[in-house]
Amino acid sequence: MSELTLTVMRLGFLAVLWLFVIVAVQVIRSDLFGTRVTQRGSRREAGRQQQAARQAPPQQRQQSGGGRRGRNAPTKLVVTEGTLTGTTVALQGQTITLGRAHDSTIVLDDDYASSRHARIYPDRDGQWIVEDLGSTNGTYLDRNRLTTPTPIALGAPIRIGKTVIELRK
Amino acid sequence: MSGTNTSHSPQHHTSTIGAIGAPSRRNTELALLAFAVVIPVFAYANVGLALNDSVPPGLLSYGLGLGLLAGIGHLVVRKFAPYADPLMLPLATLLNGLGLVVIWRLDQSKRLSNYAEAAPRQLLYSAMGVALLAVVVIFLKDHRVLQRYTYISMAGALFLLILPLVPGLGANIYGAKIWIKIPGLGTLQPGEFAKIALAVFFAGYLMVKRDALALASRRFMGLYLPRGRDLGPILVVWVISILILVFETDLGTSLLFFGMFVIMLYVATERTSWIVFGLLMSAVGAVGVASFEPHIQTRVQAWLDPMREFELSRAGVQDGVVHSEQAMQALWAFGSGGTLGTGLGQGNSDLIGFAANSDFILATFGEELGLAGVMAILLLYGLIIERGVRTALAARDPFGKLLAIGLSGAFGLQVFVVAGGVMGLIPLTGMTLPFVAYGGSSVIANWALIGILLRISDTARRPAPAPAANPDAEMTQVVRPS
Repeated sequence: MSELTLTVMRLGFLAVLWLFVIVAVQVIRSDLFGTRVTQRGSRREAGRQQQAARQAPPQQRQQSGGGRRGRNAPTKLVVTEGTLTGTTVALQGQTITLGRAHDSTIVLDDDYASSRHARIYPDRDGQWIVEDLGSTNGTYLDRNRLTTPTPIALGAPIRIGKTVIELRK
Repeated sequence: MSGTNTSHSPQHHTSTIGAIGAPSRRNTELALLAFAVVIPVFAYANVGLALNDSVPPGLLSYGLGLGLLAGIGHLVVRKFAPYADPLMLPLATLLNGLGLVVIWRLDQSKRLSNYAEAAPRQLLYSAMGVALLAVVVIFLKDHRVLQRYTYISMAGALFLLILPLVPGLGANIYGAKIWIKIPGLGTLQPGEFAKIALAVFFAGYLMVKRDALALASRRFMGLYLPRGRDLGPILVVWVISILILVFETDLGTSLLFFGMFVIMLYVATERTSWIVFGLLMSAVGAVGVASFEPHIQTRVQAWLDPMREFELSRAGVQDGVVHSEQAMQALWAFGSGGTLGTGLGQGNSDLIGFAANSDFILATFGEELGLAGVMAILLLYGLIIERGVRTALAARDPFGKLLAIGLSGAFGLQVFVVAGGVMGLIPLTGMTLPFVAYGGSSVIANWALIGILLRISDTARRPAPAPAANPDAEMTQVVRPS
């Protein structure tokens, strides 16, 4: 075996050995993880939100597209009373469920709300409808207890337990 | 779950800050393992080309053997400890593989031809070690189970330590009495296994007693002085390690056990004073015993003046103690290696003779891979220790923390004692370099040690279970119009 080959192998082996050490250190570096800020909610929901956050930009665009549907179409749902006061949810054509169940879109921390209390969804024309899901204490639109799915007017208060929400532009 | 992206958003107005769960990293481990198998195969081919100008015929079977071991280890970890640390297994595999190559390389040496072939046996021991790792990872579902065996571990460790002194069973090999003979099977170093049992005992004991040891103390000159009666445990361990030193004449084992206890005591109590006490006591003990024990005196002589030992050995002086030229040969090996080494298979480290492939194996690395290679090897050990300490930091239970720190501390001390001894930093003791050196007990026990660390790190890195509170289960209150 020629001297040159052996020298190349000798240096090559050292290089490979060190490469392993460096790769191992890189693995350690990527293993250093700190903390993450999550929205309040259950762990599973947090994971979903993180996923959603990644997808957010295209959806924002979709939302503005949806806004062109009509000048009076609501674009967001706002909580005006209750523990979640100030919370807004963008309306993008998806069904919003409300209740104490942790898989609800809006998880109500409210003793007077049922697990699956009500849902708000758009019908085929894009009109938003609220429907009571057989809740214990009922869902009120303005001051009327709902018995059938009812279209929601802009700014009409929907009361669920101690929570009041309304749709806004 | 992650598919439902349509519903999102700012429906909550508060944020929580939580730890990010570590991903399981099993694929990273697999990739590193493949790398860790390829490197020794490269080394094996390199040795063959350098020695015989041809790729060694056993290359394929050797590579497959090592790959099989790594694969089995990986599959067991993937199935039974999915969140375990991704680095420990590849690091241990690489060290074991490099050890096998160098042992095989020394087998090829004509100067050592009167010793039995060691590499096939070492491969067998490695297989047994990986099997033990699998057993530990599969059957030890939760490391806290070990806590129940705190005092049984102590009894077991003492039994293992005393075994070599039993007449007829113990074997005095070149002055140190740390082996036992098992007829038909060869020799066994029970101290290697006692190391693990003692770590379990110390962890269980210190977890219960650490408050008393940490809090009941007076402050004196910036140091917390423990009460007299709290000195009891450290004194007992000290006396036992002195007894090991006197009766088994093995400085390494003695230093390892005492050092491990001091490290764990320090970690458990956060009191620097224990380190000061520990250093003082070990210094007193070592100097005291060295003053009357001839075997230790020889070792110290060989450390202070290896050249004189070399000449005495060459001259064949018979004065009742064994003179050895090994220490000097090892230093020459390191010296002739230089920075980049002579290349695998091209050194003369086989001049060390007996124990060239066990206690002195680092000298072969030093000569053939040079300073650069030895540094890489020491870094590999450092990384294993770092992962162990990291596991201790991440562990959620105090027993697991102490056990992980004890095991990695013992591992680190062992590397220090051997490497320091071979390089002439401290007197040489008969310990084996974990995973690399030839020796069944050492390889098997260290694989088991890695198994326990993997188990602790799996528990530590596993995402915490979700909070149990379930709002669905609560009753809805009914509004009663008044």
